[in-house]
Amino acid sequence: MPELVASFVPEGREFIYHTENGLLGMGPTPEPGQEDCELINAGKKPVTAIPGACYFHHADSFAMIRGRHLDVCVLGAMQVSKDGDLANWSTGAPGAIPAVGGAMDLVAGVKTIMVLTQHTTKHGDPKIVDKCTYPLTGKGIVNRIYTDLAVIDVTDKGLFVRELAPGIDLATVKAKTGAEIHAHPDLMKNL
Amino acid sequence: MINKTIDSIHAAVADIHDGATIMISGFGEAGSPIELIHALIDQGAKDLTVVSNNTGSGHVGLAALIENRRVRKMICSFPRTANSTVFPELYRAGEIELELVPQGTLAERIRAGGAGIPAFYTPTSVNTPLAENKEARIFNGQEHVLEYGIRADFSLVKCKNADRYGNLVYNKTARNFGPVMCMAAETTIVQCKATVDPGGMDPEHVITPGIFVQRVVTVSEPEDESALVKEGRVYPWVQKKHPFKVGRDLKWPNGLHRISPMGPMLIWALECRNW
Repeated sequence: MPELVASFVPEGREFIYHTENGLLGMGPTPEPGQEDCELINAGKKPVTAIPGACYFHHADSFAMIRGRHLDVCVLGAMQVSKDGDLANWSTGAPGAIPAVGGAMDLVAGVKTIMVLTQHTTKHGDPKIVDKCTYPLTGKGIVNRIYTDLAVIDVTDKGLFVRELAPGIDLATVKAKTGAEIHAHPDLMKNL
Repeated sequence: MINKTIDSIHAAVADIHDGATIMISGFGEAGSPIELIHALIDQGAKDLTVVSNNTGSGHVGLAALIENRRVRKMICSFPRTANSTVFPELYRAGEIELELVPQGTLAERIRAGGAGIPAFYTPTSVNTPLAENKEARIFNGQEHVLEYGIRADFSLVKCKNADRYGNLVYNKTARNFGPVMCMAAETTIVQCKATVDPGGMDPEHVITPGIFVQRVVTVSEPEDESALVKEGRVYPWVQKKHPFKVGRDLKWPNGLHRISPMGPMLIWALECRNW
């Protein structure tokens, strides 16, 4: 889902997309028939390169990540805690195949971490919780959570709902969240 | 005259020994040296430790190497992908070892190995299960864990062009782990799409300096891994492209198997006798 972000850039603003497998200046999905199996994104899906793009090897790519050269990272989540802990790589269940990829490097090095996720699991359980029960990807690293119900800031003082999706009220968000959650002053102004 | 090019892909991997540690380039199929891996399967070396970002897909390339029980241990960051079934099954059965390493730590451990740096501290994985039992130290008020460089006996790497000195250029995101893996092995074996004469590459554009490369083999038309996976192909090839390639290159007349079931049966019987 985080890969969809690029389709919603407001007109007049320019972003450079980094994909960890070695491309700065990732462009949109190619037209059917134009795919190149050696030009892919971190999800191994075909992409394009914009004019001005550059390729680099993995150690350079993660130097960009770990070395605090990237401003924003958007990634998915299995669980996020009220303290900004993130779990998104393993359920820890016996027989589960753990696969971490670049997630731990991203949360260790990128300046702002945004999580983009459904508010609850397929079974309706909260994904925003008091404490993560799955193994952590990083501790206290999430800055903001975007769900299908709300935009939530993660702060030292707890979780604050900054925006609500159309037709969603604060009570619904509170009911579907597994941790204490407050209304942000900006939200109160707009209600 | 220095000439690192080798005519035969099988000769290029002939001395890989049982128990070797082998780095294999690629991020998914992009940059995966599928022909070198197949030559390694033919060669027969086993008890291998393989360092590669993923574990292959379908039943070709790295997945086929694992499926043929040549790999004792995988060191990788992301062992499950869409179409990857071979590794998960063996892992669940407890028949293959896994060392899971965050992707950036994996790349840096390989780079460090190639650069003569035995170990380094990184903030990645702090406060997670992957930092357990690792030495930790505070720098600038932040915790870091100690990670060790990795070196290999052999690296198998795919690139676009090479010259006889081993200078390399890659293609787009297929570059990924290639340059650091070339640095980190005693013997780096490269498959390129084409060789060029010395001077054929602008020295400003060379990505891997030839000093890091020992052998170069040309594979001008490498297989498309995702196409093979889609077609359900299995290595060693069992049908279609090389219909009756058996043991010592026994050729069966093309198409004969379609008119008589005796062909495949005979081949099967010969294979059973290890003829």
